[in-house]
Amino acid sequence: MGKHLFLGDEAIAQAAIDAGLSGVYSYPGTPSTEITEYIQMSPVAKERGIHSRWCANEKTAMEAALGMSFAGKRSLCCMKHVGLNVAADCFMNAAMSGINGGMIIVSADDPSMHSSQNEQDNRLFADFAMLPVLEPSNQQEAYDMVYEGFELSEKLGYPILLRITTRMAHSRAGVVSRAQKPEREMECPANGRSRYILLPALARKRFKSLLSAQRLFEEASEKSVYNCYYDAPDKSLGVITTGIAFNYLSENYPGGFVHPVLKITQYPLPVKLIEKIASECDELLVLEEGYPMVEGKLRGILNNGKPVHGRMDGTLQRDGELSPDAVGKALGLSIETFYAVPEIVEQRPPALCQGCGHRDMYAALNEVIAEYPGAKVFGDIGCYTLGALPPFRAIDTCIDMGASITMAKGASDAGVFPAVSVIGDSTFTHSGMTGLLDCVNENTNITIVISDNETTAMTGGQDSAGTGRLESICTGIGVNPEHVRVMVPLKKNYEEMKRIIREEIEYNGVSVLIPRRECIQTLTRKNKAKKK
Amino acid sequence: MKTDIILSGVGGQGILSIAAVIGDAALNEGLYMKQAEVHGMSQRGGDVQSNLRLSDQPISSDLIPLGQADLIISLEPMESLRYLPYLKRDGWLVTNSQPFINIPNYPDVETVRKEIDKLPHKVVLDVETIAKNVGSVRAANIVMLGAAAPFIGIEYDKIAEGIKRIFTRKGEEIVEMNLKALKAGFDVAQSFAG
Repeated sequence: MGKHLFLGDEAIAQAAIDAGLSGVYSYPGTPSTEITEYIQMSPVAKERGIHSRWCANEKTAMEAALGMSFAGKRSLCCMKHVGLNVAADCFMNAAMSGINGGMIIVSADDPSMHSSQNEQDNRLFADFAMLPVLEPSNQQEAYDMVYEGFELSEKLGYPILLRITTRMAHSRAGVVSRAQKPEREMECPANGRSRYILLPALARKRFKSLLSAQRLFEEASEKSVYNCYYDAPDKSLGVITTGIAFNYLSENYPGGFVHPVLKITQYPLPVKLIEKIASECDELLVLEEGYPMVEGKLRGILNNGKPVHGRMDGTLQRDGELSPDAVGKALGLSIETFYAVPEIVEQRPPALCQGCGHRDMYAALNEVIAEYPGAKVFGDIGCYTLGALPPFRAIDTCIDMGASITMAKGASDAGVFPAVSVIGDSTFTHSGMTGLLDCVNENTNITIVISDNETTAMTGGQDSAGTGRLESICTGIGVNPEHVRVMVPLKKNYEEMKRIIREEIEYNGVSVLIPRRECIQTLTRKNKAKKK
Repeated sequence: MKTDIILSGVGGQGILSIAAVIGDAALNEGLYMKQAEVHGMSQRGGDVQSNLRLSDQPISSDLIPLGQADLIISLEPMESLRYLPYLKRDGWLVTNSQPFINIPNYPDVETVRKEIDKLPHKVVLDVETIAKNVGSVRAANIVMLGAAAPFIGIEYDKIAEGIKRIFTRKGEEIVEMNLKALKAGFDVAQSFAG
């Protein structure tokens, strides 16, 4: 107990520990990473033996979290928004089975794509799975909702999605923590098979259970102390906010609200509260961080009810995160600025670190690729995606985790030569291995570069699941050991690297090149720690 | 009391270490605080900023509205200009004068200086050189903090106490050097403000 200065991520982590968590299962991804890192560093978590080791990907993480819940204990599973796509199979079906010990899944969405390839809003994913959602509006609520959320999950019998966005995850504020609860004892469900075996005959029953549970979920939302109605005199407009949009609204009314406000932080939508604000006000404005989910439901495709304003009618921008200014403008408030950005200010994109092994990998690869006019290089998700920018401009695609190998395979099947894949070590074990098996099974003519810096670098240097075992993984999957070639990406080795790359491009079959040199950031940190 | 601060620089320069000292001092003063940060190694070498809001009243938004920042603290001169639309009319710009040039199209350094000079309230100083003179270039961020200290809304002594708390485990020598760095920056700011 006490008052702390917490990132939203840290508030969630501490709340889970205080609520009697037994295990967190996650794969790193901005802006969710700090939740699991906090638990890894927590002395209490260490003392209690709370599981916190990184998982190979979000799907393995969620399944393990469900397994811990099955055994009666409280589990947490954290990921960035696109991670839920990877874990979707488990997510959709955990909604069918339900849970035993409380289970919270954290989706850290990234509107405005500060560090992501899309800005999907996972409230819609929960809507699809028909699961309840908590969307805190500030760090204290994030703490409280997680602290109480495990119990709510157990009461309802289903996993809960906690949806946060970048500004909540990565903003610090004062948070008051509460008393530490003990962990739950292991106790597997007594009649578990009828729930956890999703054979069609049983699954049909489970789906009916999920459908009838919707009423309970809605009741919980109606009763939630986090869904609040604020009355105000001017009923020409009613404002509905979700998550942190509430703060941007408050910022614009320091003296108190002028119009009635309904603050929503728990889903499914509290219909009675929405009926109340809709019946009392002439028009509605919906402020939500992400997709216009609530707005879309209120408008419907006919849009012949009460006027609803928001992202769909242009009152707010359709994409990108909200800000106090965007909300102020939507309310017709004037915004005054005094100084413009001078024209001389240039963009400053992030770049690979000086001394980074990816740089040397790209330098050598680019020289060889220049010899092949038909070459296409399929990139992947990680620091090395920055190879798309000058001076390298080395990759042609970057779509999702692991897609470098499988897209290169498809392109090779279509006749592209050489089809080269560039993937990092952590991304390879996350989602590249199964694609490699496809290549081996068909002896695809493909050259795969696993740029191995022995860490998950982009998110800050977390452990990488396959460190020290990449060659054996590749040969185990069936790559001919003669075509698994390890090199040290350094300037002095360029000639040798180029020769090997050329040889393996010319080899008609599956080749794996592993340029291996430790991430310069983790190396520097280790050296500093050694000095102390 | 209410101070809205934008910290800016290039990823890796360490703007968050400045925020950490201010945050520590603010908490000790019993102030409310919100600080929106930029995380992830993918930011390295790119432009970065952090919104730091302090108040004796509860704070709503994690982000500072346009035209309302009291202070921009920047470790890099071109980066100090990127957030000008957030500065209020009588706000202060406190910036390092030494450019960090890692892009081929970095503007003419003299032009950058002229743009900064146009502002009515600014403190421009070479934090690295000043830090070297007091003991170590590693204290450059604390020199910057010292130069911003008159505009933060927290007494100088309270900020100095924050430094003592944060650096104490690194030994007395480091604490002393950082206090000297803080004072050196503060003195430069006084000459601009005076």
